[in-house]
Amino acid sequence: MPTAQRPVSPMDTTSATGTAGAAGTAGTAAADAVTLEAAFDAAVAADERIEPRDWMPDAYRATLVRQIAQHAHSEIIGMQPEANWITRAPSLRRKAILMAKVQDEAGHGLYLYSAAETLGASRDDLLDKLHSGRQKYSSIFNYPTLTWADVGAIGWLVDGAAITNQVPLCRCSYGPYARAMVRVCKEESFHQRQGYELLLALSRGTEAQHAMAQDAVDRWWWPSLMMFGPPDAESSHSEQSMTWKIKRHSNDELRQRFVDICVPQAESLGLTLPDPDLKWNEERGQHDFGAIDWSEFWSVLKGNGPCNEQRMTQRRLAHEEGAWVRAAAAAHAAKHAARAAEHSERKEATA
Amino acid sequence: MTATPSTNTAATATAASASPPAPAPPAAALPLGDDALVLSHRLGEWAGHAPVLEEDVALANIALDLLGQARVLLSLVGDEDELAYLREERAFRNVQLVEQPNGDFAHTIARQLYFSVYQTLMYDRLARTVSPLAPLAAKAVKEVTYHQDHAEQWTLRLGDGTAESHERMQRGLDALWRFTGELFQPVTGLDLDWEALRAQWTATITAVIERATLTVPEGPRSGAWQAGAGREGLHTEPFGRMLAEMQHLHRSHPGASW
Ligand SMILES: [Fe+2]
Ligand SMILES: [Fe+2]
Repeated sequence: MPTAQRPVSPMDTTSATGTAGAAGTAGTAAADAVTLEAAFDAAVAADERIEPRDWMPDAYRATLVRQIAQHAHSEIIGMQPEANWITRAPSLRRKAILMAKVQDEAGHGLYLYSAAETLGASRDDLLDKLHSGRQKYSSIFNYPTLTWADVGAIGWLVDGAAITNQVPLCRCSYGPYARAMVRVCKEESFHQRQGYELLLALSRGTEAQHAMAQDAVDRWWWPSLMMFGPPDAESSHSEQSMTWKIKRHSNDELRQRFVDICVPQAESLGLTLPDPDLKWNEERGQHDFGAIDWSEFWSVLKGNGPCNEQRMTQRRLAHEEGAWVRAAAAAHAAKHAARAAEHSERKEATA
Repeated sequence: MTATPSTNTAATATAASASPPAPAPPAAALPLGDDALVLSHRLGEWAGHAPVLEEDVALANIALDLLGQARVLLSLVGDEDELAYLREERAFRNVQLVEQPNGDFAHTIARQLYFSVYQTLMYDRLARTVSPLAPLAAKAVKEVTYHQDHAEQWTLRLGDGTAESHERMQRGLDALWRFTGELFQPVTGLDLDWEALRAQWTATITAVIERATLTVPEGPRSGAWQAGAGREGLHTEPFGRMLAEMQHLHRSHPGASW
């Protein structure tokens, strides 16, 4: 079934192909709801993309808005720990790579806020929710970047974990999110390779550089594993998201995949992953790894990480200090529009 | 160059006696490279602090263009990292305008406006000369034309926006005015008509400022130093701190590669 024939969301008033909506608004409301829901379920089951103007259950919309917003917030908060090193990058080549990376993350934020806007959310409102603590961002960014090697560890592990999480999202049932993810994943894989390459240079460098790289991996390894979220048994949103094909693999599956990818890479880097229980399990064809300290995860999530306060303060401050700039841009645009309208009125009057 | 013993400063490196003498680096590469390097660094300080996400992207874009220009220019002189990280403050040849701290967004835009108009006019002229820098200038002029457009758009928005933005934009223009005279001090190795450049710069800046309902600043175009001080290695106090931050990690690991 081509997307255009699916019932159109009654919310959508800007639809160019208005006739498709007629089927959705005729008949009794109850019967409609059943038909709409059935059409939606069938489309999702058939791996079709849901587009902004298609009808969708409120809960599906709300789940997506929450997830996309959290993802967008993570991109922009994630700029902070890395931007922390732009002015101290030790070579001009690395400085250019890092600046471009931080710029990419701002771009990811932009695509994702736009994707959320296709669901009826507004960027301003989502930012308010971030600033007031009603919406979250990835807890990984509540850890500090203490040395230059942390920039490499973030690229290798944090962007690496993000890719593992996000590649399946390129097939997410919601079209705009899936398409944003294709673009984002392409850039994240650059970041991952650049991070790996940064660490490799340190690992093969002087003794002090090698130690710096090992220290960074020691600090970032476990928080990276926590990026996949709580164990499946404790994950609250998973099941419904799987049915809706917003999520396609469980937290534990993705975590395992990530560990299996990282182990050989750590070896090539000449760095040790800080887990004495990490070993190949012949029978499972996967690596066994040690127990994750979930109390740390919950504690950071609740706001007690090393940088929660700092990240939020900087974000709010940038927003507050930028308020007069945004107000000026809006005022200028309004004046411009008013002048243009006046001009065309005058033209009409004299015509 | 393999036969050449390593020297402390790349600027003094010479070709091995066996190979034909390398052409002398264009004398203007260092001052122009330093301008781009230093302004790129200042703009990099905005990352994560911009008033809107679009500006995080735009300012980083400009910073990256400038860093790219700096790397090409410094590499004509010597090793880009030795030049960026191992020179003392007094050896930098950038104009004082680009080293000025960011201030508020209007201050940064004023700095961008003054400098990008200068760079556009200068690169545009340079691209038409037979200078060895002409090909670089031809590429750079496309980039800095965008920088100028960005600065002009924001000058208009802020100048003709709210009362507060108008006042801040005027303050930024006024505060940086005394660093603009230095832009037209002839740079050794750049055979340009500097008086014509100044006239055209003034005309362009005046037009933008007036369209933005702002006032062209009055007063001296140079500070207590004679105009041209930056080109001779005399800088302002904030520059030393900027370099300390920029150079500290590189200098902490002598000889390391990154
Ligand atoms: Fe990203
Ligand atoms: Fe990334």
